[in-house]
Amino acid sequence: MADTIFMALGTIAVLSALFCVFQRNALAAAIWLVLTMLALAGMFLILGAPFIAAIQVLVYTGAIMVLFIFVIMLLNLGDAASDIRGPGVKAIALVLAVGTGAYLLRLAGYDPARLAFELTGTTDLSPAAVFATAEVARQAAETQGVVGAVAGPLFSTYLVPFEVTSLLLLAAIIGAVVLAKRKI
Amino acid sequence: MTPEMKGFILVSVVKLVVVFTFVMILVAYATLLERWIAAWIQDRVGPNRAGPKGLFQPLADGLKNILKEEVIPGGASKVLFVIAPAISLMAALMIPLTIPWAAPIPLEFDVTLPLLGRIVHHGSTAAAVTVLPIGFLYVLAVSSVGVYGIALGGWASNNKYSLMGGLRATAQMVSYEVAMGLSVIPVLLLVGNVSFVEIVTAQQQGPFGWLVLPLGLSAFIFLVSGFAETNRVPFDMPESESELVAGYHTEYSAMKFSAFMIAEFAAMVTISMMFTTLFLGGWDIPGTHWDEAGGMAQFLLTAVVFFTKCLLFLFLFMWVRWTLPRFRYDQLMALGWKVLIPMGLAYVLFVAVAVWVVDGPLGVTSVAARSGLLFLFNVPVLAFVFRVLDRGRLIRGSSIRSPAPAPRRARAA
Repeated sequence: MADTIFMALGTIAVLSALFCVFQRNALAAAIWLVLTMLALAGMFLILGAPFIAAIQVLVYTGAIMVLFIFVIMLLNLGDAASDIRGPGVKAIALVLAVGTGAYLLRLAGYDPARLAFELTGTTDLSPAAVFATAEVARQAAETQGVVGAVAGPLFSTYLVPFEVTSLLLLAAIIGAVVLAKRKI
Repeated sequence: MTPEMKGFILVSVVKLVVVFTFVMILVAYATLLERWIAAWIQDRVGPNRAGPKGLFQPLADGLKNILKEEVIPGGASKVLFVIAPAISLMAALMIPLTIPWAAPIPLEFDVTLPLLGRIVHHGSTAAAVTVLPIGFLYVLAVSSVGVYGIALGGWASNNKYSLMGGLRATAQMVSYEVAMGLSVIPVLLLVGNVSFVEIVTAQQQGPFGWLVLPLGLSAFIFLVSGFAETNRVPFDMPESESELVAGYHTEYSAMKFSAFMIAEFAAMVTISMMFTTLFLGGWDIPGTHWDEAGGMAQFLLTAVVFFTKCLLFLFLFMWVRWTLPRFRYDQLMALGWKVLIPMGLAYVLFVAVAVWVVDGPLGVTSVAARSGLLFLFNVPVLAFVFRVLDRGRLIRGSSIRSPAPAPRRARAA
């Protein structure tokens, strides 16, 4: 049952991502991307991570995509003609597409056994071996609540990366304000 | 399928139907209540034709809206125009499912029904369709999806007033979501959990248990952002008639318009339920621990208490609507970003320090003493915010104002 739902959500995510890429209309593309985000949230739920699922919807669907749609509505973009014009741009697009495609093909060569080998050093595919910490995580969620299980490691083990990330975000915000506003 | 599984599914479906029906009836009668209150405040009669005292008015309205012609404007983006009200309605109806509206229901049965077979249910079941461990994060997440209905409805209508309404709504809801999120963090600090059940349990202890007492400012910020989130007066910028015709639903007619209206009223009901649960003790009956014993009488009485609290807030929403004038759009944004968000942040810091002082140096262990002390700490904060910082600009109302600047003298020709 869970597998079926997971597969269905995965299909929705992939299909809506494809629709997002191939849409001419910017708003329609954004809405397909919203559907992708929601499907991803559903997948997190199936995987037993309700907190991550809620944050996925709250941040990506509820804030970031709303801002995207807001900007698209402000600019009043209709069906846009392709931006890929001229030999220079076409060449860059071609290089990017071929490069990404080649990399994806390389990733497609991965099978579960090879992934498991790179993760754990053995080709044992049982969940207990691949996700050795899964049981620990489940117990943490039971004793500390779903939020505590994420917040605990975030503010102890991973405190420095977490704070560095927030510094990066702050720098990005300041950069955006400086770029957008000539007079402050 | 085991009999227990069948019992769980049966109970869930029954709860789902009950909550859905109840919310829809509440929404329908909230529209009537709104018109009665409007009439009462404006000293007129109000709807009194359909049925005794106008009681069948919502029925008549619903029937009228189903039978009316649906107009899709030319140049509108058809698909989005149709799904936008559906998104709004869906989001609004998904939220009340997780809020516990009474004490747990004791349910013990072991029956064998024709067709369904043996059905068993043991112990008690929570008085919410489902109890999620993520509690109000779910509510915040789903209500943020509701923004799409309004934004897309405004965009798809191919009408500049609708577009403006949609844009305003989007900006307003995204801004006030931040303030609302910040106002809930002190609740987390005190309770230590996001689940509604835990929050209600924490509030049942002691005379200062209800979080509106130890966290008064949070409750205030939550209430103001709640008004903004539901697009109600004085924050009904998205549909201000005098500027935007009717905002995002200008082009909507018949049942689609009705769907937007139902979504707005359902959002109001939801905010009332949220406020009740987060700050007013949920289904707790004050001054007694009888309601925690678990039993059918407890369940029924706590349900009544919960909905009384909710109705009080619905009344407040309507009272405010017919009393206050609308904000200007820049004032609304300034209030959100320059007043409520910094205030919320500062308050989070204050509560964190206060909780640390109470738990650490003072070493208070009793729950009642803890919330009582926090309440004491809060009194000067509330006085400071509403008396000193505000200086009568926001709180004292429109009748007491600093004198208007002298009109500029016309330049001599």
